Amino acid sequence: MNDFDFDLFIGALYLVAVILFVLGLKRLASPKTARSGNCIASLGMLIAVVVTLVDREIVSFELIIAGIIVGAIIGSIMARAIKMTAMPQMVAVFNGLGGAASALVAAGVFHGNISDGTDMSMDVSVTIMIGTLIGAVTFSGSLIAFGKLQEIIATRPVTFPLQKTFSLLLFVGILAMIGYLVIEPDMTVFIGLSVACLLLGILLVIPIGGADMPVVISLLNSYSGLAAASAGFVLGNVMLIIAGALVGAAGLILTQIMTKAMNRSLVNVVFGAFGAVETVSGSVDPGRETRPVREVAHEDSAVMLAYARSVIFVPGYGLAVAQAQHQLKELGALIEANGVAVKYAIHPVAGRMPGHMNVLLAEADVPYDKLYDLEQINDEFSSTDVVVVVGANDVVNPGARDDAGSPIYGMPILNVDRAGQVIVLKRSLSPGFAGIDNDLFYKGNTSMLFGDARESLVRVIAAIEDL
Amino acid sequence: MFESVLLIEFFIFVLAVFVGFEVITKVPPTLHTPLMSGANAISGIAILGALLVAGQEDVTVGAIIGFMAVILATVNVVGGFMVTDRMLQMFKKSPVDKN
Repeated sequence: MNDFDFDLFIGALYLVAVILFVLGLKRLASPKTARSGNCIASLGMLIAVVVTLVDREIVSFELIIAGIIVGAIIGSIMARAIKMTAMPQMVAVFNGLGGAASALVAAGVFHGNISDGTDMSMDVSVTIMIGTLIGAVTFSGSLIAFGKLQEIIATRPVTFPLQKTFSLLLFVGILAMIGYLVIEPDMTVFIGLSVACLLLGILLVIPIGGADMPVVISLLNSYSGLAAASAGFVLGNVMLIIAGALVGAAGLILTQIMTKAMNRSLVNVVFGAFGAVETVSGSVDPGRETRPVREVAHEDSAVMLAYARSVIFVPGYGLAVAQAQHQLKELGALIEANGVAVKYAIHPVAGRMPGHMNVLLAEADVPYDKLYDLEQINDEFSSTDVVVVVGANDVVNPGARDDAGSPIYGMPILNVDRAGQVIVLKRSLSPGFAGIDNDLFYKGNTSMLFGDARESLVRVIAAIEDL
Repeated sequence: MFESVLLIEFFIFVLAVFVGFEVITKVPPTLHTPLMSGANAISGIAILGALLVAGQEDVTVGAIIGFMAVILATVNVVGGFMVTDRMLQMFKKSPVDKN
């Protein structure tokens, strides 16, 4: 009788935690309530952890306490120290850790069953293998994504001959090992399976280029949820299954938004590297590079901006690279004080993760209601005096709209070329990550302001102050 | 109703995915990153599994595996929620008292 009550108590608290997760996620979807949503979700996590600790399945606490202390110290230091420009890397690492933890749980259960000599039913062993597969792929894939974002690994698509064939063979090999392990549980084969799964994760992410990172990051986010859910199937723990499923769905929604913003299918992003490389090399016509562009001085840019009625800033990944968000905000505030109407246009895939630009500009104290998405602002460009493009390239390439031969044709873009004047802040004329030449740079109403974005902004600000 | 616990669990999983879709659709782009990192912190729920694996009676290889999982999952959970809060703290609306 007492036993029953205790189980009920545990179950009820798990249910409370699940409810807090759902409410927390719901509140995370609106700017006003987002912060409380995050707190509510973390409270749910705390309850879930405490409940698990008091549940009598756990008999030894030394390792647990040590692990939690070490983890909490590392986690809080990372969360405090990370620069906002490095958020994509941070998210990639955290995705990977979640995946690794889930894979380790599956591995721990497998090892425990083997050393105890417990007979594993088909259900149990299949869920263990799937948990290992998803967790390991999430882990190694996220590490590669981290390496690309940190630019330790080449950000361009890395491909080698017969890559797809190799990946496919590897996947078949993984399935074969899973089949073998279900019939004949063996630790050596299991380690082989884990290594193969890690390799698969590497192969899945390494051919994907820098500009596709927003899709990859949100997909890995979804995987980290699925990994947790699969660990839940291994342990028969409903809490893990539900929380993992919620995260899996959240990641999938973001992935969908990202692929739609690039006018590509998920399959195309994940497996399209070969095609992408070919089309790019075919489309870059060296002759086009010699077309004349109009350069503009900082002083002239200052005059254009100070005497405009309306200005829209279009930030891209270059803003993050130059860490110029504060200078951009300063410029915006300065001309706004002079009576210029200032807005910021954010393309959904600008930067390296969903919402990258929004986070950067929030850090620089730009109010979020000055930030407009593609659909909200695209009709306004034609009635705008000056558009300033800061480190964005492919998302403002008119070729995506007008040139059916362009590799990015069909991708929704910001129609900045329709504005009265366009100032493009850029290091050089080199094409963007997609490797595609941008017609915008050669248009009559476009002026190029070459140099480091941050330095250029500082000089433009100084020039406006001197007016 | 069902003989197989796994089947019931799978029902729960599918329904939870639908709940996730319903709860999170229409999230504004401003919140894409915080939603992602907040959701990621929730995926650190794997910590529960890690606790169960690490909390075995003897310090075996399995318990060590669990110990590592506890560390990784705790970094994920603590770091994830904290960095999300740090980001959300920065999101501000325009001051209204401008006129």
